Amino acid sequence: MNHLLREHAPITDRGWAVIDEEARGRLTPALAARKLVDFAGPYGWEHSATNLGRARVLADAPAEGVTAEQRRVLALAELYVPFSLARSELRDVDRGAEDADLGALDEAARRIATAENRAVFHGWRDGGITGIAEASVHDAIPLGEDCERYPRHVARAVQALLSAGVGGPYGLALGPEVYTHVLETTEHGGYPLFDHLREIIGGPLVWAPGVQGAVVLSQRGGDFLLEVGEDLSVGYDRHDAGAVELYLLESFTFRVATNDAAVALT
Amino acid sequence: MTFSGVLCHDAGMGFDQYHEPPEELPDGTRTFARLCASLTEEAEAIGWYEQRLAVEPEREARAIMRDAQGEEFKHFSMNLEFLLRRTPLWREIAQGILFQEGDIVEHGEESEEEATEGAAERGSAVHGSTSLGIGSLRGAE
Repeated sequence: MNHLLREHAPITDRGWAVIDEEARGRLTPALAARKLVDFAGPYGWEHSATNLGRARVLADAPAEGVTAEQRRVLALAELYVPFSLARSELRDVDRGAEDADLGALDEAARRIATAENRAVFHGWRDGGITGIAEASVHDAIPLGEDCERYPRHVARAVQALLSAGVGGPYGLALGPEVYTHVLETTEHGGYPLFDHLREIIGGPLVWAPGVQGAVVLSQRGGDFLLEVGEDLSVGYDRHDAGAVELYLLESFTFRVATNDAAVALT
Repeated sequence: MTFSGVLCHDAGMGFDQYHEPPEELPDGTRTFARLCASLTEEAEAIGWYEQRLAVEPEREARAIMRDAQGEEFKHFSMNLEFLLRRTPLWREIAQGILFQEGDIVEHGEESEEEATEGAAERGSAVHGSTSLGIGSLRGAE
């Protein structure tokens, strides 16, 4: 048994299979960062820090005539979202029900995916993470209210990246509101805005819950690194006669290696 | 399986398919181990029938044994397919080797290298982990 304590839960193999499948199904569309940045890992629950290859000089050394430095590392942060499932629903799953109420799991999946995206794109100070948008040296480009002008703004972002010597293809993370506008809009002549934007960036266009506005970022690789210890997992906390308390968990960190490889659109 | 020699062999072997205390193993791992043991037994039975067929002169007896061996082919294949479905990396390596023409060893080396590197790039779950195995979603727009 590992730290998730799944074997202690009053959940059958079939129940766990349905829970895991539901979690995967809900998480995959929402994990925008994993569709756009480099991924390293998973390195397991025991993995605690990333080597930054840097050191800081220490003012005091243990003895005279000695200089001292200390390695800098980026500690992994943990995200944890508890949720509760009714044991009656899990019994129905065992009977073969295909419409069991797993709404609490769906909401937990939405929360943890949003948190991961927000940390990667906008940063998370307490987690020691600087986000892609806040690390960018490029001025943010206002998106404005007029959806039909989005292609012009995205093209300006691509131009800024090219001018900085950052090659494509590029990806585009769209916050939910912007994504909806893009899907709903056709330009003069009936050409879908979605397809036009994709042609400009040459790479993926991704729905990104947790992202404010949008972010254009290079897809050439090596610029943004998401490092995962424990990949997204469902663990067991406790239960009573009526419900099982579970949680979604991951440990990760993120760092920007190139601060001119992305442009925020706000 | 129908081969009587194997059933006798089983009765004497008890729970030898486990190399770790069974009570400490997850249900899925115990099932996996049982099917691995079955796969081994079916392969043994196929080999035994092959030997008997090689020495049996009577035509009718040979026909019965050939029919029985066909059953073992089927059992072996079903066991293998079950195990491959439960083990994506094994399945991926097997796909590069099974039903391919050419050098088997070469296919094996290439298939293993491609599959293991691909798994690492995708961020596949750590062996023994109970994570959801999501990893990287590059290319899954």
